[in-house]
Amino acid sequence: MTIPWLTALMVLPLVGSLVTLVLPRSRPTVIKSWALIVALATLGLTIAMALQFQADAAAPFQFTESYPWIPALGISYSVGVDGIGLVLVALATVLVPVVIVSGWNDVDDSATKGYFGLLLVLEALMVGVFSATDVFLFYVFFEVMLIPVYFLIGRFGGPGRARAAVKFLLYSLVGGLLMLAALIGLYVVSAQVLGQGTFDFLSLVGLDIDPNMQKVLFLGFFIAFAIKAPLWPFHTWLPDAAKEATPATAILLIGVLDKVGTFGMIRYLLPIFPAASEFYAPLVIALAVIGILYGALVALGQTDMKRLFAYSSMSHFGFIVLGIFVFTLQGGSGSTVYMLAHGLSTAAVFITAGYLMQRNGGSSLISSYGGVNKVAPVLAGFFLFAAMSSLALPGLASFVGEFLVLIGTFIRYWWVAAIATIGIVITAAYALRLYQKVATGPTAPSLEGTRDIGAREIVPLAVVAVLTVAIGLFPGPVLEVVNPAVERTLEVVGVPAPDIPQAGVNGGEAP
Amino acid sequence: MNEVMPTPQIDYLPLLPMIIVAAAAVIGVIVEAFAPRRARRPIQLVLAFGSLIAAFATLVWQSGVRSTEVEGAVVIDGPAVILQGIVLLIAIVAALLISERTLDPAGDSFAPRASALPGSEDERQFTARGYLQTEVWPLFLFSVLGMLLFPAANNLLVMFVALEVMSLPLYLLAGMARRRRLLSQEAALKYFILGAFSSAFFLFGAALTYGFAGTIEFPGIAAALTAQPGLSALLVGGLALIGVGMLFKIGAVPFHQWVPDVYQGSPTPITAFMAAAVKVAAIGALMRVLYVAFGGIRWDWQFMLWVIAALTMLVGSIVAISQSDIKRMLAYSSIAQAGFILVGVSAASQAGLDAALFYLIAYGFTTMGTFAVVSLVRDSTGEATKISQWAGLGRKSPILATCFAIFMLALAGIPLTSGFVGKFLVFEAALAADAVVVVLLGVLASIIAAFFYARIIVVMFFSDPPEDGPSVVIPSAATTLALAISVAVTVILGILPQPVLDLIEQAGVFLG
Repeated sequence: MTIPWLTALMVLPLVGSLVTLVLPRSRPTVIKSWALIVALATLGLTIAMALQFQADAAAPFQFTESYPWIPALGISYSVGVDGIGLVLVALATVLVPVVIVSGWNDVDDSATKGYFGLLLVLEALMVGVFSATDVFLFYVFFEVMLIPVYFLIGRFGGPGRARAAVKFLLYSLVGGLLMLAALIGLYVVSAQVLGQGTFDFLSLVGLDIDPNMQKVLFLGFFIAFAIKAPLWPFHTWLPDAAKEATPATAILLIGVLDKVGTFGMIRYLLPIFPAASEFYAPLVIALAVIGILYGALVALGQTDMKRLFAYSSMSHFGFIVLGIFVFTLQGGSGSTVYMLAHGLSTAAVFITAGYLMQRNGGSSLISSYGGVNKVAPVLAGFFLFAAMSSLALPGLASFVGEFLVLIGTFIRYWWVAAIATIGIVITAAYALRLYQKVATGPTAPSLEGTRDIGAREIVPLAVVAVLTVAIGLFPGPVLEVVNPAVERTLEVVGVPAPDIPQAGVNGGEAP
Repeated sequence: MNEVMPTPQIDYLPLLPMIIVAAAAVIGVIVEAFAPRRARRPIQLVLAFGSLIAAFATLVWQSGVRSTEVEGAVVIDGPAVILQGIVLLIAIVAALLISERTLDPAGDSFAPRASALPGSEDERQFTARGYLQTEVWPLFLFSVLGMLLFPAANNLLVMFVALEVMSLPLYLLAGMARRRRLLSQEAALKYFILGAFSSAFFLFGAALTYGFAGTIEFPGIAAALTAQPGLSALLVGGLALIGVGMLFKIGAVPFHQWVPDVYQGSPTPITAFMAAAVKVAAIGALMRVLYVAFGGIRWDWQFMLWVIAALTMLVGSIVAISQSDIKRMLAYSSIAQAGFILVGVSAASQAGLDAALFYLIAYGFTTMGTFAVVSLVRDSTGEATKISQWAGLGRKSPILATCFAIFMLALAGIPLTSGFVGKFLVFEAALAADAVVVVLLGVLASIIAAFFYARIIVVMFFSDPPEDGPSVVIPSAATTLALAISVAVTVILGILPQPVLDLIEQAGVFLG
């Protein structure tokens, strides 16, 4: 009998979340400890599963399960992961315990139950969205995920949280409903082509859909993913949500959930709508490059730390999308590594920002900080690390992703890569300026006598830092897992690789 | 013209559900007249619940029967059985809400003497004496009878009779609220006058159709359409006027003006019943008329119905945003929901019929649940229906607020709720009928609607409760049960819709 790994990964946090409901409200520590145990157990299960993963397997998906769900509509509960899915599932299950520990004291005791319960629900849904192999199931996770995030932002965030939560929900629903229309359209088309409608991903791949129809359906999915990712000009909800949410919510939202957008592009858009993907590629690449530059420039002008990180993420998402739509192995693999790396660097920046804000009366205004390195050198050190991770310092994970994306872009359109590189320069500028203003110079009066971070606060940061460095120095294993999935996707798209000789990068295998 | 009217052949078994409810309603009237005051409530409760449950049991027992009864006047086919089943189940839940007597300190939701002038000495005395009436029960049962007959009627006259049997008691019930009686009486009057107009439209349309087809029976009209191709003025006028009459009952734009006032003024259990059951019956009847009688000219009415469906979705959603009263907001939301159902109806296909039936089940129970919650949030003057008064409800009564949030999410069409499956089916039917624009407008309306559904959640969960906010009354077993059923149906139909989809699929098509 095979173990239903992925279902277990969803059921475990879900059951854990239900148990928090019956834990006594008056004992917040018990609730938090329980949430942490569940999250760690889920992580352990993920590691056990990942060790079984065969990178060179012939089957597109591993750990597959499939049961009919609504047979009347050709809908099944089907899960399974390829390399890309596995990496993102792992990212989600790593970050949940990290944010639970780093956000240990983020909410009042009375709200502990709801907060940690919702985090666990979210974890289950994140695993689901990256492992669904039925497009309908994917959509269900995609939409249902909004609800815990909506509550996480709206109940536990800053003063403008209700507004930010509604803005987030409505933007996401706009995308979600357009995707629903396209999804139903896809179903109707599949019924016309196959005789029987289906939502099964593998049956939809390579389905002979009329190119004009593809272009219409592509847009429905694309807008949903572009809002999620977020791509310029669909990004305006992100800064608000990032600013108002607690650090833990922001990390899961930007670090993991927004990856659903880019994941959806590489997993669903490219293989199901190859002709439309090729048709729209110039447009998408243009939006991605605009996003890279616009996000970086606006980040440069931010006075609020969290908004700065939001815009910087937008710039990084531009890179990820760019890598996907140049249709090269380096680009696709680079994007996937970048998704992972960006999740880690988002965790680093928002955790350190959260620690800083806790020490400064909850203010996220950059101007209210200064000289942190004198009063809290360890915190300042990690803050520097986070900034470096964000600007993709060589040796860190984000460098691998960014570099591969740029190579992948260069061999297809060298001038696009050249423009995108400007974004890197601006990124360096705002990241270093931020560090300089916050950590160096005279210590701000409000920070006088503040204590440095303790062991509980260091552990999650250390975990993130170790992973960032490890992937940065030894990206080989990750690329080995990711490359076959990307190759398979590109085969379906069928855009021939450019003739420029390609070299293996950082241990990655040459195609 | 010396034909002898034939004695109708009647097989009573398939009609038994309607006969049971009719008998209970008649006995209920007699009880009101002759039974001593104290005995009335127990008898009425037994009659109401007993007849509804017995009717449902008979319906299930006879559900395999497909026949035309009473010389073709009534047709028992798959969709009719499904629709009658939905009506009965909703009626049972509504009866639970109507029977509630612990919420209002003065007794129940109904006026101690409906005929007394609001604010008069007469009224004051009756209230002071603590009179509680049970006249609502026979009225309610008669209305249920009309609803059972409405979607099963197979000719225009029987349909008209059913329409009136359904509507007349509702006009009265709308005016019987204990609190805010002026509002309630205004609602009743408005409903009655506009309802009377719409009935007249329907009747006039029936006359014109008779002029065209020479018959009022649906299969006969369908045959006449094949025999005389092309559109005549009589036919177009007849169909249009019948359509107006029915769309009025459904509350479709532009015949929706009465909905917010009536929903707001009526006693909340009655509002719940009206919002849910009338729509089921009226949409069922509309589908029968359109599909069976006028199916031959579907290309002519389909476009008009697309337009009405789109308008209904959009207007309902847009106007709901600006509402500050929860009952009015729910009224506009129910208009918008009717629009979504009409999208399914106008697909004019088997998929469209199935989608509309599923949506009606989903919508019916969710709506009952929302109004059940409304009836529980009260302050000293009765129900606290200002949305601003609901602030912080999630802190004070997390379970109740969570129930309401689930209903809001279902109405907004979030996956894993019944509303999503309904919306999915409706859009699928519409896309299969190539109505891309309508689906896009539906998406747009859904987004607009999501805004005000989300706003309620914001108010309940993300804001602090006011100092002198309303309290949530602990409901009796009846309302708790009604609420539990509504939540259960909303969630289960969202997660495991397959059995119900099978049931609807087996029901098949209208008998022509």
